[in-house]
Amino acid sequence: MTRITVNVDGVDYEDDVEPRLLLVHYLRETVGKTGTPIGCDTSNCGACTVLMDGTSVKSCSVLAVQADGSSVTTIEGLANGEWHPLQQAFHAEHALQCGYCTPGMILACVDLLQDNPNPSEQEIREGLEGNLCRCTGYQNIVNAVRRAAEAGVTTP
Amino acid sequence: MTTETQAAAPEKEFGKARPRKEDARLVTGQTTWTDNLILPGMLHIAFVRSPFAHARITSVDVSAARRMPGVIAAFSGADFADEQGSLPCAWPVTPDIVIPAHPPMATEEVRYVGEAVACVVARDRYAAADAVSAVAVDYDPLPPVLDIRTALDEGSPKVHEAGNKSFEWVFQNGDLDAAFRDAPVVLERNYRQQRLIPSAMEPRAVVCSCVGGEFTLWSATQIPHILRLMLALVTGVPEQNIRVIAPDVGGGFGSKLQVTAEEVLTLLIARKLGRPVKWTESRSEGNMTVHHGRDQWQRIRVAAERDGRLRGLSVDLLADMGAYLMLVTPGVPLLGAFMFNSIYKMDAYSFRCTGIFTTKMPTDAYRGAGRPEATFGIERTMDELANELGIEPLELRARNWIKHEEFPYTTIAGLTYDSGNYEAATARARELFRYDELRQEQADRRASGDPVQLGIGISTFTEMCGLAPSRVLGSLAYGAGGWENASVRMLPTGKVEVVTGSTPHGQGHETAWSQIVADKLGVPFEDVRVLHGDTQVSPKGMDTYGSRSLTVGGVAVLSACDKVIAKAKVIASALLEAPPEEVEFSAGVFQARGGSGAGKTIQEIALATFAAHDLPDGVEPSLDSDATYDPENFSFPHGTHLCATEIDTETGMVTIRSYVAVDDVGTVVNPLIVDGQVHGGLAQGIAQALYEEAVYDDDGNLVTTTMADYLLPSAADLPHFTTDRTVTRSTTNPMGVKGVGEAGTIASTPAVVNAIIDALRQFGVRDVPMPCTPERVWRAIQTAQGGEQGSAAQQHEARQSDMTQGNSPQGMVTGSDEAQQSGGAA
Repeated sequence: MTRITVNVDGVDYEDDVEPRLLLVHYLRETVGKTGTPIGCDTSNCGACTVLMDGTSVKSCSVLAVQADGSSVTTIEGLANGEWHPLQQAFHAEHALQCGYCTPGMILACVDLLQDNPNPSEQEIREGLEGNLCRCTGYQNIVNAVRRAAEAGVTTP
Repeated sequence: MTTETQAAAPEKEFGKARPRKEDARLVTGQTTWTDNLILPGMLHIAFVRSPFAHARITSVDVSAARRMPGVIAAFSGADFADEQGSLPCAWPVTPDIVIPAHPPMATEEVRYVGEAVACVVARDRYAAADAVSAVAVDYDPLPPVLDIRTALDEGSPKVHEAGNKSFEWVFQNGDLDAAFRDAPVVLERNYRQQRLIPSAMEPRAVVCSCVGGEFTLWSATQIPHILRLMLALVTGVPEQNIRVIAPDVGGGFGSKLQVTAEEVLTLLIARKLGRPVKWTESRSEGNMTVHHGRDQWQRIRVAAERDGRLRGLSVDLLADMGAYLMLVTPGVPLLGAFMFNSIYKMDAYSFRCTGIFTTKMPTDAYRGAGRPEATFGIERTMDELANELGIEPLELRARNWIKHEEFPYTTIAGLTYDSGNYEAATARARELFRYDELRQEQADRRASGDPVQLGIGISTFTEMCGLAPSRVLGSLAYGAGGWENASVRMLPTGKVEVVTGSTPHGQGHETAWSQIVADKLGVPFEDVRVLHGDTQVSPKGMDTYGSRSLTVGGVAVLSACDKVIAKAKVIASALLEAPPEEVEFSAGVFQARGGSGAGKTIQEIALATFAAHDLPDGVEPSLDSDATYDPENFSFPHGTHLCATEIDTETGMVTIRSYVAVDDVGTVVNPLIVDGQVHGGLAQGIAQALYEEAVYDDDGNLVTTTMADYLLPSAADLPHFTTDRTVTRSTTNPMGVKGVGEAGTIASTPAVVNAIIDALRQFGVRDVPMPCTPERVWRAIQTAQGGEQGSAAQQHEARQSDMTQGNSPQGMVTGSDEAQQSGGAA
């Protein structure tokens, strides 16, 4: 077991973890942040995307011990009193159906807009290549990112 | 839709683009997926799965696994032999169908890679996963059966003792011989419907607790009601002692319309151990063991006049069942029997389907279930016929389709289409697509020998959905009815609870049903709460699949509202001191005819009913009402989809330049949701055309076990869709609605492939097997053009085809002229 300290959604957690424990399992099962789901085992789907020190990572591809000393933002910590503009935009544009990919998709979008505050449709599509959605055909996700970009979203 | 009196409602919900109620818990990460559940003392299951496609199990030793740290128990199939029963097939399509026993955990023989042979139960998921490798299983390998085209040959190895044929189902109407005899044009085409993996984003998960002989089972399922019934029938646990809960479910697309081995075994393990247990699959486990979709070889013959009029159509299908028949496995290809004739009139039609066993994962419903396969077959064939006759492909369709004034129309397959307007949808699609301009550009590019060629693909489709009139299901030997149930409860505060037996997993029932109820009862949208997915809360239901929710479940909600209003009217009449026949209801208010007062709102009636102080004699103090609606017919959404592809003839790369979908789904409750359904459907249909295929190797190993190998399209792989609608009301339900969940998937696959062939036909290419990858497109061009490169390409593709069980034209149904032609003719 290894002792780690991780700040998750603004709260510090100190835990002893197996070195092999994945960050996503640490978040879901140790910290109880089940808002971050798991969709695959090969880091293709992006459902488990979170922000680690402000940058998007697939939390199935990070060991909990690698997150030691980091700040992690999950979908549960994104709203600040009111919904984050991307959460609002996903709702308004009907950019989700089953909602399983949505937490990872929204956090990937946060990172995308940090890098490129005013992306074109093609830039959005390419920027989200690492996050799969089986329900929406992506069109309304693209619309939601455009809507959030127009509202001037740059920070989580 | 609503009654006339409601036309005066201040703001109609019906037709409004309401963002969804469901989103609040989904965009914030607060929802409950099955894998989120943690119960006190809960243990974790991991399955040991067969690495062989076909083998006899000679021994299973779980003793070492039992000794692993954190492991509480380990079981082999023998431990369940007396209680596990056989997984159900609810659709015995013919009297002599072969339905092999299907034990949830194999005991003697395994018949596909991934079949469960043992399991371990441990305190956490890591310990369970570790212990899997400590289970020792010995096998005697048997020969796999992988190709349905040869599985019925004498001398083929057998999947089951009874042989490899499950059933043969035939349908015929009209004089087929006469239609083909002396027909000026007869065309035969052979098409492959590749095997697909549905790939809902949420992997399956099951949690079960057993307390005092009463079971609560949570599952990521589309069908909690059917699952409850089937669990009772399979395990013998009395039905009243099983509660099934489908919490929020992360997509299904038919893959969660199943009674799975893992659900049955999780229940049995909970009973054995007296502790709650959980199983969550990994994606690679799911790709192997969630039922697959499609997988057919189609032989299609069509006879026509020189002017394009269809005389007859003959369809011969080989359908891969996989190793066992699951819930509706044999019925899926037969849904195509009613759809190959599509929107076209003809004199004679025959359909034959042979269901064949292989040592692969069973197939079953996947978005569209039988109708995408049929629509692909007929729409590809119509393009081929148009080319053969030199008739513009849209014109050929127009010469054959049912005209709008001919509805209701009974088709050659025996269904009565109530309504439709193919002319209007096609005209709108042509306009949005700029059809004539694109045809001109196509001609220009051909003339200039542009390395990037343009293709235009057409799909004019219909489908049958809203499963289904119970009598029709009965006549097709399906094991249940097709009704749906709803209850509407008026709470004392005037708020409304709606209970639906339809079980959403992304469709947005909570929002759409609220809109229906808000309009009907004249209450605010926000005041309606929709409950579903728990057999204790919603005791009756037939669940969600086959684009049935709105057309069946939505109508049940409407009917329950009618009953609430009728009950409330009696009480309102007493309070208004007017006879019931003179009390009118509009926009949530009861008013005596010609009365001048404020009337009584339905909320006031709800409170008065709760208090029950002043009810007339003999009137029950309740407005709550149930309705069970059995549809009188299917609904028949239709549309015209047009796809323009650009094909780089030097690399084989296919790019969709524009895609126009004009769908007619009748009246629309929520256009946001309808567009979303169409978008998602298009993505899956396009993915079949261009990207996805479940591939087994020569030994029967699934090669595409991960999302790295099975190519689900990302945002970058799909185009922007242009969607629009025409509205032709369904005449067989009171709302005029038709299904929409599968339309996009059904229509789009042939639109894309037709566009590819349209671009390549000039090179002599007549078919590219799906998925039309750049390599296959490039090789098809090379092969058709002959020459050194072409011949080498052909050989390579032939080898490739052996490996993937025949995806190339050479692999088409044996003995067909067309197969030889499309393989080599320039």
